Amino acid sequence: MSSIAEITIIAVIVSIACALPGVFLVLRGTTMVSDAITHTVLLGIVLAFFITRDLNSPLLMVGATLIGVATVWVIEALQRTKLMSNDAAIGVVFPLFFSLAILLITRYTGDVHLDTDSVLMGELVFAPFDRMTLFGIDVGPRALFSMLIILLINVVFISLFYKELKVTTFDAAFAAAIGISPVVIYYGLMTLVSLTAVGAYDSVGSILVVGFMVGPGLTAYLLTYELKKMLGSAVIFAALNSIIGVQAAFAFDTSIAGMIAVLNGLICLTVFIISPKKGLIKNWMLKQKRKEAFDQKLKDTTKR
Amino acid sequence: MWTQITAVLNDYTFQVVALGTGMLGLISGVVGTYVTLRKESLLGDALSHSALPGIGIGFLLMQRKEFVVLLLGAVVSGLMATGLIQLMSKKSPVKFDSALSVVLSSFFGLGLVIMTIIQRNPNAQQAGLDSFIFGQASAMLTRDVWLIVGASMIMLLLISLFWKEFKIFTFDADYGKTLGFSSRWVNLLLSTMIVLTIILGLEAVGVILISALLIGPSVAARQWSDKLSVVMGLAGIIGAVSGAAGTMISTVGVRIPTGPTIVIVLSIFIVGSLLFSPKRGLIAKRMKFYKKQKAFRQQIRRLEEEQGK
Repeated sequence: MSSIAEITIIAVIVSIACALPGVFLVLRGTTMVSDAITHTVLLGIVLAFFITRDLNSPLLMVGATLIGVATVWVIEALQRTKLMSNDAAIGVVFPLFFSLAILLITRYTGDVHLDTDSVLMGELVFAPFDRMTLFGIDVGPRALFSMLIILLINVVFISLFYKELKVTTFDAAFAAAIGISPVVIYYGLMTLVSLTAVGAYDSVGSILVVGFMVGPGLTAYLLTYELKKMLGSAVIFAALNSIIGVQAAFAFDTSIAGMIAVLNGLICLTVFIISPKKGLIKNWMLKQKRKEAFDQKLKDTTKR
Repeated sequence: MWTQITAVLNDYTFQVVALGTGMLGLISGVVGTYVTLRKESLLGDALSHSALPGIGIGFLLMQRKEFVVLLLGAVVSGLMATGLIQLMSKKSPVKFDSALSVVLSSFFGLGLVIMTIIQRNPNAQQAGLDSFIFGQASAMLTRDVWLIVGASMIMLLLISLFWKEFKIFTFDADYGKTLGFSSRWVNLLLSTMIVLTIILGLEAVGVILISALLIGPSVAARQWSDKLSVVMGLAGIIGAVSGAAGTMISTVGVRIPTGPTIVIVLSIFIVGSLLFSPKRGLIAKRMKFYKKQKAFRQQIRRLEEEQGK
């Protein structure tokens, strides 16, 4: 396989893996919590690295995912104190975790390849160089397999707990009443989010992951009122944006993840303006029509 | 250790940088008070990320690092991002934080695209993407510090001039409108001040940590008072102390980055305030709870004794 094809496939898989939990984040309005998670998993990676001393260890993934979930817990604990607003709690927690991570990296891992740049920005171009060998045979890039596994986990979780996810997202009180714990499902979803963020960090970088999660989900949200259709169209948008994004990035010789993020934003903005269901133009026309109807009514009543 | 600290304190470079970070802490504490009270804490995060394309375009136009042009570019793209976020969250069913994250990441992505093109262009100097992300307080020049001090003075003056307008629109925007104040102008002025503070801070602490500097001081200060002027003053002091102390620790120590150290010092202030504040603090609340529990138990015992008779 040529490396462009490999990069495209990795980009598509990363995008879909991010878009799936992203749909639920958009519906719940907790996308900024996921932004916090994508920053704090760095601390988990660093801490796990100190224990294993190996950048390829699966323990890194476990550690980082755990820190991601811990972030959610700390944010919620702070919010429960009612001493600050909910978004201030997010804004206070993740810079601290992130600062600790940066401090540890600069202080203790100077001579190790744990580059803060690549963690934050990611570089898909390098993904095909890191090969995975099975029984001595080169089977493909490592990132492809790790992301494929994460995508699989996301798909399995969402299809197994589809009903639970749906009911806790739309009506948490009702869910609790019929015996489905919204808290358990919420933490399950957040575990997925941090696992996906950890998996995506070296191809996409931790700042853009949130765009990969929210962009396609929000685009789909603007087009439909049905959850299943929303999931489906989010996946399609994710795949399309990343295929076009990779091509455009090669054409301009620039950052791939950045290009895909720009496309995610552009498509979302376009749909926001022209969507036939919730778009800006549609809303404006509706308003105009109501105005006319009201004027007409007013005229009729004054005539009488 | 002690001689080292005094040596650092007398060092000219340190004095310049500490003045810069201290002043930055002060102004972001003061401006940040409005941000947290208006419950727009995460807007700062979005704004700092979305300044990147503006900085990139400014660099492309000038082909070198002209600080004022970069600043202007950053302000323009920051304000554009704010406008987009407001438009999306007000004119459609899109939730505020979804709009925030989409705008944040696509602006940052655009910035990354522009920056990568600049860096791959062999004729151009390095645009300094690194220093944008993490900040480089130690590289602050005297000129930059004067810019920070000057801009902060202007903003402090504006705040004292428009004190009552800002106050009304922070706490009760509708009431402000009925009094005949123009909400558009007040909001634009406030947003511009927030954007300016963020962009001044980018060089010192970087894109990710500047939002902490904006939120942190006022969250800590809010625990000690219910009065806007007191909270704002305290937030300024906490910000300034964190900035200067963080700079000192990172200068005295070996291989300690300035930005993260400032945030950690600031976080200690926050945790301390949350725990020890006499009125709202967690410890005070616990104590009050125990006292009530004790009083209640005594009451029950008394009742039981009375019934026993």
